[in-house]
Amino acid sequence: MDAVFKAIADPTRRAILDELVDRDGQTLFEICTRLVMKHDLTSSRQAVSQHLAVLEEAGLVTSRREGRYKFHHIDTTPLRSVVERWPLREQP
Amino acid sequence: MIRINITSVLVDDQAVALAFYTDKLGFVKKHDIPMGEHRWLTVVSPQEPDGTELLLEPSEHPAARPFKEALVADGIPFTSFAVDDVHAEFARLSAAGVRFVQEPVDMGPVTVATLDDTCGNLIQIATMKS
Repeated sequence: MDAVFKAIADPTRRAILDELVDRDGQTLFEICTRLVMKHDLTSSRQAVSQHLAVLEEAGLVTSRREGRYKFHHIDTTPLRSVVERWPLREQP
Repeated sequence: MIRINITSVLVDDQAVALAFYTDKLGFVKKHDIPMGEHRWLTVVSPQEPDGTELLLEPSEHPAARPFKEALVADGIPFTSFAVDDVHAEFARLSAAGVRFVQEPVDMGPVTVATLDDTCGNLIQIATMKS
């Protein structure tokens, strides 16, 4: 759970997750372009790679090789541990 | 004035490249001059037959392949072409069997998609919003 909190504590990593929700399965280039164009985040490709590594470490992102390409996918499953620990109250 | 008359794309196989760039993408062959093992092979847009030529240059240099592979691994389209409507081209080319690694995405002033040219390159097609 620590890894999850660490991963989502960073605004750039949250933006990466936002963009993967918008369209799942992106190349590093597409993620970098979206961060620049839509979030004004001019992180280097190396920096974005490192952010993706932190997200992968937390299980929030998985990467998939398909032939010569590498695609990144979001996996929100680890967030369940947060809700299970502090359950959402039912609306009356 | 200086101007751009030719730009190059490094292709793994010139015959495969010619077929892809003409039959699939819709360019037309302009020059095809035998030069030993390879050819001086250029294509142009049918819309601008006297416009900028695209040289289908063999990936012969030892640095070419590692360079191209590194770009593809990160999903980087090194070369970009203009199209009137990215969405329409995406539909047309997908139906023709062209592999896209990025479907059309709205990037503010431009809409872009990325395809595999089957010769070791990712190519971006782009429509600028007027």
